[in-house]
Amino acid sequence: MKSRYTIALAGNPNAGKTTVFNAITGSRQHVGNYPGVTVEKKEGFARHNDVELNIVDLPGTYSLTAYSVEEVVARNVLLEDKPDVVVDIVDSSNLERNLYLATQLAELSVPLVLAFNMSDVAENRGCNIDEQALAELLGVPIVKTVGHKNRGISALLDAVVAIAQDPAAAIAKQRRPNYGPEIEPHVKQLTDLIRQRCRLDHHDRWFAVKLLEGDEETARRINRLCPAHTEELLAEADRIKHHVEGICGDPAEIILADRRYGYISGACTESVTQTVEARHASSDKIDAVLTNRWLGLPIFALLMYMVFQFTFAFGNPAVDFLDGRLGELRSWVIEAWPGQGVLESLVVDGIIGGVGQVVVFVPLIMLLFMAISILEDTGYMARAAFVIDRLMHKIGLHGKSFIPMLIGFGCTVPGIMATRTLEARRDRLTTILVLPLMSCAARMPIYLLILGAFFPPRTVFKALGIFNVTNQAMLLFAIYLIGIILAIVCAKLLRKTLLRGEAMPFVMELPPYRMPTVKGLAIHMWERTWLYLRKAGTIILMIVVILWAMATWPALSETQVQTFEQQRTTIAARADLGKEQIRDRLSEIDNAELEAGLEHSAIGRIGRAVAPVLRPCGFDWKISTAMLGAFAAKEVFVGQMGLIYSVGADADEQSHLLRDRLAAEYSPLQGFCIMLFCLISMPCMVTVVVTARESGSLKWALLQVSYLTVLAWVITTAVYQAGSALGM
Amino acid sequence: MSVKDKGEATAMPLAMASVGQEVTFHSAHGGRGFQHRLAEMGLTPGISFRVLAKGSPGPFIITVKNTRLLLGHGMVHRIRVSLI
Repeated sequence: MKSRYTIALAGNPNAGKTTVFNAITGSRQHVGNYPGVTVEKKEGFARHNDVELNIVDLPGTYSLTAYSVEEVVARNVLLEDKPDVVVDIVDSSNLERNLYLATQLAELSVPLVLAFNMSDVAENRGCNIDEQALAELLGVPIVKTVGHKNRGISALLDAVVAIAQDPAAAIAKQRRPNYGPEIEPHVKQLTDLIRQRCRLDHHDRWFAVKLLEGDEETARRINRLCPAHTEELLAEADRIKHHVEGICGDPAEIILADRRYGYISGACTESVTQTVEARHASSDKIDAVLTNRWLGLPIFALLMYMVFQFTFAFGNPAVDFLDGRLGELRSWVIEAWPGQGVLESLVVDGIIGGVGQVVVFVPLIMLLFMAISILEDTGYMARAAFVIDRLMHKIGLHGKSFIPMLIGFGCTVPGIMATRTLEARRDRLTTILVLPLMSCAARMPIYLLILGAFFPPRTVFKALGIFNVTNQAMLLFAIYLIGIILAIVCAKLLRKTLLRGEAMPFVMELPPYRMPTVKGLAIHMWERTWLYLRKAGTIILMIVVILWAMATWPALSETQVQTFEQQRTTIAARADLGKEQIRDRLSEIDNAELEAGLEHSAIGRIGRAVAPVLRPCGFDWKISTAMLGAFAAKEVFVGQMGLIYSVGADADEQSHLLRDRLAAEYSPLQGFCIMLFCLISMPCMVTVVVTARESGSLKWALLQVSYLTVLAWVITTAVYQAGSALGM
Repeated sequence: MSVKDKGEATAMPLAMASVGQEVTFHSAHGGRGFQHRLAEMGLTPGISFRVLAKGSPGPFIITVKNTRLLLGHGMVHRIRVSLI
């Protein structure tokens, strides 16, 4: 007997799959990707009575057709990895819809256990389910669970292990929908034919049904598994399909779906009793307000305002705190470091300066993702899609595109991944292409640096004694707004040119309102924050080190260093100057040497080469150099500027020094242009890679990079030239 | 006779239904994939559902099989229903 089994968790979105997964595995889980696609792959481990269980969380799907990436992934895992047991997490308060997937799993003939999750909710709503009767009707064991209260999990694992030890018996017991006298004989006939011709384990009936549905993915799989008979099988399936459609008058796949729902509804009539009517009473009442024609939009706007207010009100003090600690760490390292040298510079300027700056902004990311998780877990996010659909439709997108865009304010990468839920390719591409215009949290450090350097805070107006609007807040708001407006314009243009066509209709389930659990929120938030931190620890660390090396080498030649040394000796020896004057002159020479060194280095040379192109935007070669760093990751811009100005400077004064140096060297107009360019110009490298992978071709990623960079150049140049002409 | 033929005479676009009304799903225009998707979400010919909210010209919220579905903009013109 095996003592280690692989268990796959299947289930509809919103069925509480994640809570059951968490309840089974606890903290022993890890998140990765399915090969080739960016669908998240969650795996975890559990031990139950000396049996080791390897749990694979399949993507949430309503069925096993092949319309979305998630469905294809779920199907491939079931057919190719062949898990020992499949647990279908069913939302007991939404039985019929959820059992649809269960009938398909039974049709696939995989060893199956049904977890009737959220059984407490179902009971509260007056829904009595006779599990025993239903289990007999379906031929599948049913276990009641309440995922977030850990209830029923042990019983579920008992059932899982029992099935794993005798899968053949379990499959033999399973009942599958009978498609009725007009269709069933033909399904049987095709199943038999497939069984005779090919060896497909025990999935013959599944293949027969899918061929009748005209499922192309299945046709290709048959072609792979038994190429000799594909033609015959497809021809036979086609003949039956035409015959059935002739009799019934509807496409075969629709009749099959209808019969499946009929089978489910029959089983439910015999085992489920409803004692209270109007099950969704409270959700309906909330919906009457939140999706109201007149109130919906203002409430939506208010909630969005609260999301950002929440993020920044709690986030900024935390960021300041971390920033202070980072400064202390810097001073401590400098003091403790034996001697001075290249390695110290790498640690202090490269790693602490570069990666530290990124980590400091984690509180903002966490809070934004927490706010988004609250909106998602309560069920409001789907209503937001409804409320905003009318506006989104005007720019050629629909309400569902809103969710990835909101996530994009946190980080573009998970935003792009969230576009997976958009079924129409054109909608998805348009959303991906404009997503970088949603100003992500990584750009915040740049804005804060510039605002601090050029726009000392002052109150612009006060209202009602509570609103205290500063010029900094207004500029920040303006930057975000410019990004949103550009996204609207670009989406509209894309829909009129490259991605022409009607907005695809969409269907989406509105989950009932639920109280989010603390554990659920914490896990949700942590998963996304972890992605950000991992980026800081890997990609950004690597890039910062490369940039640091490029800024350090090639070093100035002996003669050049000697020239500066001579100048220093001359100044120090002059008797006509006071102590103060000598010190000033010396630091001027230090800075000149620093600048000469940077100009001489690899990055300085590249920056100088690029500079003429960026000159119309108001940028000199130093800013150009930092902009190159920003392509690696937006946050790097700040670290890079720091690197340019801070080498050799007194460490604890570093951040002030950087701001002062910037303010001394550039005008506020140039500062604003830096913000503008960073907002619009080419997305970071990770975004480009993910765009290429998600869109399936490098072409779209290159288009994204080039159109955004050209747009940034045009707009920044226009603003800088106009501003200069006005004497700003 | 299929469900389709029964309601043909009285069928109208879903866009014309009003909030609170109970209607019967008749047919959907669009690709086979689109029709299949609707069927899998429970919208099969002959099923009845109630209109919960409508945005004009925006999306509809309907209840079918005890769940709520959001039908996007544009779909309401492609789905034909008959009044009960």
